[in-house]
This record gives sequence, structure tokens and C-alpha cells, in this order.
Amino acid sequence: MLTFTLRRLLTAIPTLLVISFVIFGLLELAPGDPLADQPLTVPPEVREKMRVALGLDQPFYIRYVLWLKQFFWIEPLYTIDSLFGTSFAEGEQRIVSWQFRAPVFDVIWQRLPQTMWVVGMAYLVGVLIALPIGIVSAYRQYSWFDQVGTFVSMIGFSVPTFFTGVLMIVIFAVNLGWFPSIYDTTLRVTDWESFKRQVAQMVMPVAVLALFNASQISRFMRASMLDNLNQDYVRTARAKGMTEPVVVLTHVLRNSMIPVVTVIALGVPTIFGGAIITEQVFKVNGLGQLLITAIYANDLPMVQTLTFIFAVLIVLFNLIADILYGLLDPRIRYD
Amino acid sequence: MKLRTALMGACASAAMALPALAERGADGHVNIIYWQAPSILNPYLSSGTKDVESSSMILEGLAGFNEKGEVIPRLVDEVPTVENGGVSADLTTITWVLSEGLLWSDGTPVTSADAVFTYEYCTHPEGGCAQAARYDGIASVEAVDDRTIKITFDAPKPNPYQAFVGGTSPLLQKAQFENCLGAAAPQCTEANFGPIGTGPFRVTEFRPNDVIQMEANPNYRDPAKPAFATVTFKGGGDAAAAGRAVLETGEFDYAWNLQLAPDVIAGMLAAGKGQTVIGFGTLVERIEMNMTDPSPNLPEGERSTTAHPHPFLSDIRVRQALSMAIDRALLVEIGYGQAGRPTCNLVPAPEMFASDNTGCLTQDLEGAKALLEEAGWTVGGDGIRTKDGMRLSILYQTSTNAVRQDFQALIKQWWNEIGVEVELKNIDASVFFGGDPGSPDTFQKFYADVEMYANNFDGTDPEPYLAQYTCDKTPGPTNGWQGENINRFCDPAYDELIKELGQTGVMEERAALAKRLNDMLTKDSFVVVPLVDRGRISAHSNSLGGVVLNTWDTELWNVADWYRVK
Repeated sequence: MLTFTLRRLLTAIPTLLVISFVIFGLLELAPGDPLADQPLTVPPEVREKMRVALGLDQPFYIRYVLWLKQFFWIEPLYTIDSLFGTSFAEGEQRIVSWQFRAPVFDVIWQRLPQTMWVVGMAYLVGVLIALPIGIVSAYRQYSWFDQVGTFVSMIGFSVPTFFTGVLMIVIFAVNLGWFPSIYDTTLRVTDWESFKRQVAQMVMPVAVLALFNASQISRFMRASMLDNLNQDYVRTARAKGMTEPVVVLTHVLRNSMIPVVTVIALGVPTIFGGAIITEQVFKVNGLGQLLITAIYANDLPMVQTLTFIFAVLIVLFNLIADILYGLLDPRIRYD
Repeated sequence: MKLRTALMGACASAAMALPALAERGADGHVNIIYWQAPSILNPYLSSGTKDVESSSMILEGLAGFNEKGEVIPRLVDEVPTVENGGVSADLTTITWVLSEGLLWSDGTPVTSADAVFTYEYCTHPEGGCAQAARYDGIASVEAVDDRTIKITFDAPKPNPYQAFVGGTSPLLQKAQFENCLGAAAPQCTEANFGPIGTGPFRVTEFRPNDVIQMEANPNYRDPAKPAFATVTFKGGGDAAAAGRAVLETGEFDYAWNLQLAPDVIAGMLAAGKGQTVIGFGTLVERIEMNMTDPSPNLPEGERSTTAHPHPFLSDIRVRQALSMAIDRALLVEIGYGQAGRPTCNLVPAPEMFASDNTGCLTQDLEGAKALLEEAGWTVGGDGIRTKDGMRLSILYQTSTNAVRQDFQALIKQWWNEIGVEVELKNIDASVFFGGDPGSPDTFQKFYADVEMYANNFDGTDPEPYLAQYTCDKTPGPTNGWQGENINRFCDPAYDELIKELGQTGVMEERAALAKRLNDMLTKDSFVVVPLVDRGRISAHSNSLGGVVLNTWDTELWNVADWYRVK
């Protein structure tokens, strides 16, 4: 198992390098200009000077190599410095966003909490409600519970979040006034009162995203359970006189979890990607909103760094899913 | 007796109302939402409206503009003019005298050295200053003494209120930005995210593209202001959500620039929680005619260049007919509602510079047809006019935007009616306005016959704006397609008048010249076809008082005077 993990980690390095080059190349080829959102009243000479100040006068390959150096060398050094108080990265230029003229990683760290809270919580809630729904739906196939579950997941899966989000705002924020329509990222939970406010502002975005996640995962869970429920080993288990809970929750569930775990693990990187639309609708201003505003502003260092981090996470969670297979199913061996 | 009681009552209530207002921070908290989120609080590094306006609550210039476009003092007691001797008679120097006892928000005194430093900061060759145009034509900025700043210009400057005036060129604190000159400017994140200023508020926390937390500046020059102790300035989302948060849920007190369909705003107003404010500035939505041939048959590098005049748009009668066919009032009604008005002027304001040009306001389809007939364009079998085998066919481009696409559809219909074939094209705004010389779709390259967008000018003086239409500012392959004379209009008489305007100091004469220049571009030549004078529409809650919308300076220009209606 260990050699397998090491081998996979090593092959990940060239993969990621290629990915980073492809991202950089695509961004380079894409039309657009980081100064496009500056008003037309700014004269062309001034624009040109601003462009030079951003380093845009350098050729493509130099900027790529510089970015690689900054991402893999200076930024880790900087992290070490800030953790241990050393000064390895002193005077080195970190990756700087063109919009903010501030280090990209500082902004990402600032955005992480609200994304983790809202999108992460929604994922957790989604998984927690999807698994029981999937299990019961499969066990009682075609019952009214299954029918309702199917109906709700179809709605959750097919209605886009920009519709459900705005619908919830109109009902619960505008008409009923229960929850705020705008997320306050500066709220700090210090006492009972602020905790209630935090919960109130998380209810709607979490509900919208959890509905979407749950409908997807519950379908996988149901299908996987159905595959296993008719297997011979289930009949054997029942014939041996095991109780139904043991048959379903121990024997069937463990086998059914294998494909579902992959789906759940591969979904985790999307948490870090934020939920671009939902974050915009509720003004959560997390990583998703950071990415989309950076794309609009043609802030290439920010877009490049964020998309590359997502690529790293996807590669990493693929590996984690593969390792989890081995843990869940003793027949799977990588050595 | 009755009158006396009433008078006494009135006095008493006035006396009670005044002290309630006259205390800094007495009105608690105010929430502002901008649907474009501020990225940086240093307007010298980004001239995006969101960045300039948010930072204007913290940083100030020596003077500003009020809602009528007049220069008002901020850090000085008196605005220098030729009459009071502050501006030299030959218009080559202006001398500002700082008010006494001014302090930065950190408690240190404001001196003329800060102004000199600000000038050096923005004019540093490696700094990439976004407001460099504000400091154009300045030979030197000197600190005569601690409170006196003398600006000397290269040449007579009829409008000296550029540098240090308005939210786009505020004073920076030398002590804070000293090590941020030139290439180091972007590295001063702390200063760029939390500038020390003289404005009514100071930053307590800044999260780029998200939110700014501010508190009242304890050293603000008026001890009674601002009325609010703290401010939350939230950014992000979209105009509809911002409008909803103010007008429908009441979570926020002020929402900036509600670019929404008129009926959407009316629906939000029905909730009764707030109201809209509208201000008209110089932003004009217009159609620009290409005076050169954009034909794709021409080799690259010759398309849309002065080497090839436009086959039919170079005929004034065709341009005039296209303008006459447009019903501007209907465009306004559909696209902008209260936030727009039809106009025939490129310079619609300030009032003294606006020409009394109203000829285009009534649509005249028959007249347009007659004009095209006169020019020799006859209707062919398919209803499209032709002349010498050439079809009257137009490619009409603009940026992607719901209102602009509505406009395109309507105008296409009118032009079809007079026998003009129209092909529509829309381009993503970041590409269209991006200025990338490698892209064929920028508004500067103008690979189309006509294009539509909006533009305005900074401040109240139209000279630099009108000067964009001189022959030498034509974009082309030789200058990397940079240049503001988008139409490739070239008239030596126009260039002469621009030169004259640059040497004229008397306001009335300047206004007369500006009107003539405006008319030369619009009603005399139809090179620029103005459509709509676009106002700014913002919203505030019923409980927020003191809001005066200003289109000449930042919208938050008088945030120090805002208060809570009780």
C-alpha cells in the first residue's frame, strides 16, 4: 500500500506540471485584458504604463517560469517563515494578484473560512441526509418513501441553484424576513447571539447546496444498494438467521459504499472550489466568488493559482479514493 | 398666545434636533452595498469606480466637486481662482493653502510635503499610476511652506482643478507611502488596503473583493461629523440583489448604481422601504460611425485605417439618415426609464457646456428615406437599398449587455425600414473594451461599420474629452491601435478649434468653443450619434438622510453629512 501511494504521488508531479502549463497556456491564449475594467477616461499611455507595472511586457515563457518558481519555491518558504519566524523568503516577490496588488495566498486564506463553513457544511449535510435516504429508498423500493425521495432528488438535481437560491431569498428574506439575504463575512461567533446570527445566515445557502449534493449522492447510494440487495450473499446471510439490520447495515451497506465513497471523495475538491453561483447569490464571497471575479477582471495570477490548487486537490482526492477502496474491500490489493 | 406657543415649540424642537445631529458617531452604524466589490483602497493603483468611490470615504483631495459640478474646498479654506489670486493671471500656476490644524487619521499633521509626495508617487515612471492623467502638464509641485502648495504648469492651464481635486486624485500620507514609490507600489499591501486619510472614516478591516469595515475618523476636521460611528461597505453580487437588500429587505442603507430595467426598480420600490436617487452627468450612450473601411477583404493592417475611407458612411447624408431613423424617446423608455433622457449632444453637461441641440429628438423615417434617395441609394428587389451595385449593409457591434441588445434590435428594425440591411454583433465587455491589440474585436480596432457604447469625461471640463477627436489620435497599426479617436474623424478645422480651446481661459469663451466642437461632431457631421444621456440611479433606505447624488465626484462625496432619520 505504501509503495503504491508513493508511486502515485511521484507520477502526480509530471501530471501537475503539465496541468499547470496547460492552464497557463489557456489563460495566455484567452482574449481579455486585465485593464478592461478601468474606465475609458484613462488615456492609452497610462494604460500602457499600468500594463508594464503588472509585468505584462515580459514574454510568456518567462512569466510561466517565474510563476513556477513563486508557487513551488517562494510561497512554501514564505509559509515556513511565517510558521517558524525564519526569514528565508525575505525580499522575494510572492505571487501577487493584479486586482488587489496583494499576495494571492493571503486572499485565499482569508476566503477559506466562509467557503469551508458554507460549502463544507452543505456537503456534510448533503451526505448525511443522502445516505439514509438512499438506503431506505433501495430497501423499500417503489414505496411512497422511494417515490417522494426520487421526486425530490430529481428537483434538487435539475433545478439550478441560481433559481432555488433566489426563490428562497424572495420567500424567506423578502416576504417572511426570517433570514438575511446577504451573508456577513465579518461576523465572529463570540456568544450565543452571534452564533444564532451565524446559523441564520447559513441556513439558506447551506440548504440550497445541500439539496443539490444530497440529490446526487442519494441516487448513487440507492442504485448501489439495489445492486447488492439481490446478491446471493445477502440471501445466505438471511438464511443464516441474521437480523435485517445486520444484513442491511453491515453486509449490504459496506459493499454498496465502495462506488459511493469514490463519488463523495471526488466531490470534496469541489468544496474548495467554492460554489461559484451560490456564493454569488448569497454574497458569501468565498473562493468561488474569488475565482469568478478574478476571471472577470482577467487577474491571471489569481486564476492560475486557484485553478492549479483545484487541480492538486483533484489529483490528491483521486488517490485518497483509491486508498479507501482498499480499506473498504479487502479483496482489492495494490501491491 | 397661540402663535407664541407655536414659535416657542418650533424653537425648542429645532434646538433639540440640532444637538442630536451635531455629535460624531451618534447615529451608530450604516450599511453600504456596492455590487462590484472594491479590490484595493488606493485609487492611484486602480481607477475602477468601485475602488475610487470606496476609498473616497477615507482619502480626500484638496477640493472636490459638488452635485452641480462646482469646485468646493475640502482641505483648504478657499478654492484658488484668478480673482482671489490663487491662480496666476497667465494661468500657469495655482497655489493651494491648506486649512490650519488639519490632521491625518493617525493624528499627525497634514503638510504640503504630503501633496508633493503624492505628485511624485503618481508620476513615478515605474509606478503605473492609474490617475497619471490628473497630473498631466505639471512642471513642478512645490511646498512653499508647511501649508502652501504651488503647482506650476508647462503651459497655461485654463482648467487647473485636476491635480488634488476630486476622489480620483486624493492626498496620500507621505509617512505611510514613502517606501512605496514606483515598482514598489504594489508591494505595499498594508498601505494600499488601509490608507491613512483625512476623510470622515478610517479602515478597521479590509477584505479585498468582499467587505470593508470602517469607523469614524477621530481626527476629522469637523468635530460634529460624521454622524455614523461605524460603516460596513459590502461588495459583490449583482445589481438586483443590491437593490433588493435596500428597497425590499431593508438590510442595507445605500445601494450603488442600480443598472436594472425600469419595471424591476418600480417593483422593488413598491415594498416602501426605500427610495431611488438619480443624477445626470456626462455619460452618453452613442453610436459611433466608422469613417474608414472595415471590410474583411482588405489585408490585415489596412482594415479600418485611414488608408481606405468608408464606402458609404463617408457620405454625410447616409450618416444623417441613420440618425434620423432612431426614436430616442422610445429607447430611453425601454432601456433606462427615469435613469435616462434622450440627447443629441456628446457633451450633455455641465449646463454651460451643453449645446442647445435638439434636432435629433424626433424620429423622421420619411425624411431619412428621402435623404437616402437623394444620395442615390435606391430600393432593390429585397427592400435593401443599393447604389452602383453596392448594398447598404451595416455591421453593428456593441458589448454584451441586455439593454444594449434591446437597443440593437430596435435600431435594426428602424434601419431596415429605411432600406438598410443590418447585421448585429455583440462582444464580451472585457474583450470589447480590453484594448488587446491582438484581438479583432476591440472597440478601438472597430472592425465594423458602426458601434455603440457609452463614455463620459472626468470632472467638469470637456476639453480633454473633445480633444480625443483630433486627427493625430486615430488608432491604427502604427500605434498599436491605441488612440481615442475611434471614428477616425479628421477635420483640420476641428483640430484648429481644439488648439484654440487649449489657449482660452475665460469660461464663457471656453463654453462657446466647446459647444461648437460638440456640434461639429454631432449635428453638423453625424460622426457621433448620441442616443441617451444616462443618469446614475442609486437607492437609499427611508431611514438614511443627507444623500445627494453627485455625478461629478464620487457618489459618496458627502458621506460625512449622512445621518439617520429618526
